[in-house]
Amino acid sequence: MKIHEYQAKQLFKDFAIPVPEGMVAYTKEGTVEVSYKIGYPCVIKAQVHAGGRGKAGGVKLARNRDEALRFGEEIIGMHIKNLQTGAQGKKVRKVLVEKGVNIVNELYLAIIMDREKAMPVIIASSEGGMDIERVAEKHPDHIFKECVHPITGLSNFHISRLSFKLGLNKTERRHFSKLVSNLYKLFMEKDASIVEINPLVITDTEELIALDAKVNFDDNALVKHPDIMELRDTDEEDPFEVEASKYKLNYIKLDGNIGCMVNGAGLAMATMDILKYYKGEPANFLDVGGGTSEERIKEAFKILIADKNVKVVFINIFGGIVRTDIVAVGVVNAAKSMNINIPVVILLRGTNEKQGRKIIEESGLDFIVETDLKKAALKSVELSRGDKDVNSCK
Amino acid sequence: MSILVNKDSRIIVQGFTGKEGSFHASQMIDYGTNVVGGVTPGKGGHTHLEKPVFNTVEEAVISEGANVSIIFVPAIFAADAILESANAGVELIICISEGIPIKDMIKVKHYLNTTNSRLIGPNCPGVITPNEAKVGIMPAQIHKKGRIGIISRSGTLTYTTVNQISIQGMGQSTSVGIGGDPITGSDFIDILKLFEKDEETEAVVMIGEIGGSMEERAAVYIKKYFNKPVVAFISGQTAPPGRRMGHAGAIITGGKGYAKEKMIALRDNGIHVVENPAEIGSTLKEILKKES
Repeated sequence: MKIHEYQAKQLFKDFAIPVPEGMVAYTKEGTVEVSYKIGYPCVIKAQVHAGGRGKAGGVKLARNRDEALRFGEEIIGMHIKNLQTGAQGKKVRKVLVEKGVNIVNELYLAIIMDREKAMPVIIASSEGGMDIERVAEKHPDHIFKECVHPITGLSNFHISRLSFKLGLNKTERRHFSKLVSNLYKLFMEKDASIVEINPLVITDTEELIALDAKVNFDDNALVKHPDIMELRDTDEEDPFEVEASKYKLNYIKLDGNIGCMVNGAGLAMATMDILKYYKGEPANFLDVGGGTSEERIKEAFKILIADKNVKVVFINIFGGIVRTDIVAVGVVNAAKSMNINIPVVILLRGTNEKQGRKIIEESGLDFIVETDLKKAALKSVELSRGDKDVNSCK
Repeated sequence: MSILVNKDSRIIVQGFTGKEGSFHASQMIDYGTNVVGGVTPGKGGHTHLEKPVFNTVEEAVISEGANVSIIFVPAIFAADAILESANAGVELIICISEGIPIKDMIKVKHYLNTTNSRLIGPNCPGVITPNEAKVGIMPAQIHKKGRIGIISRSGTLTYTTVNQISIQGMGQSTSVGIGGDPITGSDFIDILKLFEKDEETEAVVMIGEIGGSMEERAAVYIKKYFNKPVVAFISGQTAPPGRRMGHAGAIITGGKGYAKEKMIALRDNGIHVVENPAEIGSTLKEILKKES
C-alpha cells in the first residue's frame, strides 16, 4: 500500500525523524492561508500517488502571496502521468506547503526488503535529489549498501560504515546515526516494504532533514496495523479497483478492450499475455480466486461491464478442486441476473469440463463456448476488433 | 523414483481439523497419499478423518515418524507453524497458506538455513508425484505418471500446463509449486538440483513470472550444471510495472523483474522459452522428439 508524502512525514515525526514544518491544503485559497502561516519562501508540493511530480511541474517555490495563489491554482487539479498511472494520469487533489530549508548538501537514504537475500538493505548515496536508478547507472561507486541480518538486527557498525563512506563530519554523523536507527525502527515496526528519503538534506546548521518521504507497506501485514490502514486514500486508486477490493477480487485496470475474468493470478497474467500475443489488448487483470462463487462472478461481471472500453469478455477458468460444472452454474446464474450486451467468450477446462460446457450451452445465454486456449484467445481478439482477420497476424 | 514426496512419505497436516485442512486432507487421503495424522493444538488425542490428531508437531514426529508436513493454518500463524515443524525435525515442510508478512518470512528463511528442513512455498499449490503422493491442493485427476518434472511459481497456470502435457501423451515425474511470494523456501535452482539427480525425470518445465530474479539465476545454473532439456514460460509479459499482479511476489519494482529480461536470460543460456502459454505442451513434445 502507498501513502502520501505528508502522511509519510507525519510517521517520520512519530519516529523522531526530522522533517520541515508543513501543512496540507486542498484549494488555492487554502494554499495561500497555509503559506502565510508557514511563512515565505515556502515549497508547494503536489500530493499524489505518482512519481515524477517535479518534472510535471507539481513542485514549486513560492516567494510571496501572489505566487502561492498562482501555484496553488496550477497544481491542484493538474494531472500527473507516468508508466504506472496509465494514459489518463492522476489528478492532484491536495498540496503540502513546507517551509524552505537552506541546503548545503543532498544525500539519498532508503531501506528496502531485498527478496534474494531475504534481508532489509539500507541504501545510501552522496548523490541525493536524483533518481537513484540513474545514479546507479552513472556513479555506481557513489551508492553504499548495508544488509541487515533479521536475526541480529541493526548494529552500530552498519551506520558507522555508511556515514564514513558518505564523508560526513562529526556532527553530521551523530545526526545520521540517530536518523538511520529511527528509520530502521519505523521500517520494521510498521512492516514497510520501502522507506525512501530523497533528498535527505544537510542544512547550513549541520542538521539532517528529510525533504521528501516515501513509505510503502507490505499488504500482507496491514491486518496488524489498523493505524496504517486508515491512511489508505481511495481517491488515488482506480474506482473499479476500489470496488473490486471490496469483494477481495484481484483487479488491475489496463487500457485495452478485452475484459478478462480468470481464476488464479499466474493464469490471469498468462491470459493477458496470450491476448497480446495475438495482437489483442486486455482491459484488465482479474483473478477471481480459487473459490469462484456465484457472488464473486457476479461482482466480477459488474466491474468488467461497467468499463466502457470493454468490447468483449473473456472468461478463462481452470476448474481444479472447485469443479467446472459448479463454476458454470455460477456463471449462468450471475449472467442471467444482469444485462450483458457484449459478447462473452468462455473457456472452461479441468474437472468435469464437459458437463460445465453443457450447462453453458443449454442455458440460453449466447456465450461463445471454446475448448482450447488458443482458439478462445483468437476469438476474443477477433470480437474486440470487429473484424475476422486475426488468424493472419500470427 | 521421483523427487520430494513418494508413497513412503509420512505426512502430517498442520491445521488438520480446520475447514481448508479437512477438505484437502481428505482429498489427499482419497488419492492414496500416506497421511499419518494431523496437528491442531488443543485437539490432541482425538481422531479426525480416521487419523490421529496431535497437539504439537513434535508429538506427531515421535509417535508417527512424520517426515513431511503440509500447512493450512491462517497466514498470521503460518510462520510459527513452519518454525515448529523445522524445530521438530520435519524434513520437508510444504506451506500452502497465502499472505504471510514478509518480515515474518525473512526470519523463517534464515532460521531454516540452520536446520536440515526444506520448505516449499508459502503461497503455493504443493507437490504431487502422480500415483504416489499428492501433498497439496492441485486437482489430482489431470496428472499422469510420467517423466516430465514441473517447477512453478503459480497455481492454476501449473494445472493448465500439466493438462497440456497430459493431453500430449506425456506425464509428470513430480510437479512442484514453489509459490508466488517474494520470499519462498525453495527456488528454481533448489528443485532443479533434485530433478538433475532423478533418473525418472527426462525434461523439466519451468513456469516463472515477473518479479525478483529467480529465473535469471536459474538460467545461469542450467547452462552450467543441468543436463536435461528445459522448457520455460514466464507469465506477466504484459504486466504494468509497479503493480502487484495477484501474487505478492509478482511485481516489477525499481526497473527490475520484467518478463522480457527473464526470457532473454533464459534464451541466452540455451533454454527453450515459449511465448504463447497455449503452446507449452506442444513445444515440449517437439523438443523431446528432436532430442531423441
